[in-house]
Amino acid sequence: MSGDTSGDTSGESGHPGGDVNVDLSVEVRVDAGRTAAGSGRAAARRALRTVGRYTFLSAVLGFFALPLLWLASAPFDAAPSITAALPEFTLENFRALLDDPRALRSLGNSTVLAAGTGALVVTLAALAAYALSRVRLPGRDALLYVLLLLSSIVTGTAAMVPLYNLAFELNLIDSQLGVILVLSGGLLPSAVFILKDFMDGTPRSYEESARVFGASPLQVVRHVVVPVVRPGLATIAVWSVAQVWGNFLIPFLLLRSPDKAPAAVVMYTFYTEGGQPNLALIATFSLLYSLPVVAMFLFVSARYGFRFHGGIKR
Amino acid sequence: MPTTSRPDGAPRGRPAGDAAGLGRGRAAAFVAPAVLLIAGFLLFPALWTLYLGLTDYRLTGLAAADPQLVGLENFERALGDDRFGDSLWLTLQFVVGSAVLGQAVLGFTLAWLLRDRRGPLRRLVEALVLLAWILPSSVVAFLWIALLDRDGGTLNALLGTPGTGWLLEYPMASIIVFNIWRGAAFSMMLYAAALGSVPPSELETARLAGASPLQQLRDVVFPRIRGHVLTNLLLISLWTFNDFTPFLLTAGGPDGRTEIMPVFVYQAALSGGELGFGAALSVLMLLVNLAIALVYVRLLRRRKDAVA
Repeated sequence: MSGDTSGDTSGESGHPGGDVNVDLSVEVRVDAGRTAAGSGRAAARRALRTVGRYTFLSAVLGFFALPLLWLASAPFDAAPSITAALPEFTLENFRALLDDPRALRSLGNSTVLAAGTGALVVTLAALAAYALSRVRLPGRDALLYVLLLLSSIVTGTAAMVPLYNLAFELNLIDSQLGVILVLSGGLLPSAVFILKDFMDGTPRSYEESARVFGASPLQVVRHVVVPVVRPGLATIAVWSVAQVWGNFLIPFLLLRSPDKAPAAVVMYTFYTEGGQPNLALIATFSLLYSLPVVAMFLFVSARYGFRFHGGIKR
Repeated sequence: MPTTSRPDGAPRGRPAGDAAGLGRGRAAAFVAPAVLLIAGFLLFPALWTLYLGLTDYRLTGLAAADPQLVGLENFERALGDDRFGDSLWLTLQFVVGSAVLGQAVLGFTLAWLLRDRRGPLRRLVEALVLLAWILPSSVVAFLWIALLDRDGGTLNALLGTPGTGWLLEYPMASIIVFNIWRGAAFSMMLYAAALGSVPPSELETARLAGASPLQQLRDVVFPRIRGHVLTNLLLISLWTFNDFTPFLLTAGGPDGRTEIMPVFVYQAALSGGELGFGAALSVLMLLVNLAIALVYVRLLRRRKDAVA
């Protein structure tokens, strides 16, 4: 700022919380000229700021909408081209989906992979998170953090070669079970980490009273704990299903026969295989393939509110 | 359901908190399946990468049947290889450009501008930004290929620049912009949550004292959310570093100008068939990842020291 900064107000004391903290010593430099001048300039500046803000937000809207336009227009265009344009409306393109045997089959494959991985991750993560939350096993916290760091680093690309070898040795190349196991191994650490937070937050008195009435530990988990942490389980289920649904690399790496390929891989072959790409097929397939994740996302955000929980905190 | 009068967390005769009476044995049994799966398909491959990097293992041929230990040869070769250096440099550009500068700045700006807004504009912006984030990667890859296409691409039609093959002429800039578009949502949501932790009274005080928005940001907001900023940068840097999606757009080309590390490993190991060399590259990649993580952890710790 210019040289006429005079009134440094520091260490304001009006904070209601009262927790004294170095961060609180707010240093605000006041432009003395501005406080003295009339409100005219301030109003002009505010107006300018408002214009700037709306211009920026419009640009952002344009930037994010532009690539999506094609997905909204091309599936319904009688003559789909690669350019997004107002469509000459038709549903004829969806016939292309039925004509290509790979399209619907790949969505079925994706469903198998996503459901299998989701079920495995939710079950194993819930058991592990519950035990880790209630019983102090030695080295628990260090283990959790190491696994979390490792999973964000190793998942996918860096461990490509040994994952391929491992699947080869275990006879899991071209097996959907292999993909499910590899994906679950990668997703489990984060799932356990997030679920443990949910478990920590549930009251223990319920479990104790169930014990008093003679329930076994497994019964306690099934009839008392699971209903209480259901939002957490739903979050993990949706999260892992979405991860698998969009995952390209692992099935691309491990599956060989075309009739086992999930939608992510088939979509890629649709536009990279030689010859003229079938735009009607690509457009409708993209839309159909995207809808489940969008629907799931809307469902979760309406039901539980989409926000960060667990894992991401200071 | 009846409740006991005993307060939470103080059961008699059992470890604190073990309300269901699991005991160590059953607890271990509960944890075991998850640990086995993680050990088998995450830890073991990671360790195996270390070993494979020391061999001349190949996808086909003599070395496929009987790989030999070759010591650090693969690492020497990688470090002496221009392609490795180039790839690392490209990856750095990609991470700094699209994650640290792009996603974090755009995400924060959006969170800041929308922080006390309700209504359709905010919902529309958030919906579009999130949509870019949740759509499957091979779908968004095609959307961008269509957008940037040389002959019929929407971008060329809009800008009136027919015949510009963006992915061929500006491949790196294209995947950077693509990744900003793809991932800004995460930063936006994280910063929106972080801004919620800044007491409105402090902002109000600053505003009344005449601080401009930039001054408010510098003096009130940033000191409060530094931890969030570091967490955010750590996560998006790691994710972007390991991101394979650009492969769907450019497959590393043209002429290797977008051959970032994940794509390089894939090309070397599985297209080129040199699994040992690819594993050595993976190990080097892991080391870079570790270095990124350590830098951030150190910065976080320094922050805690400064506050304490």
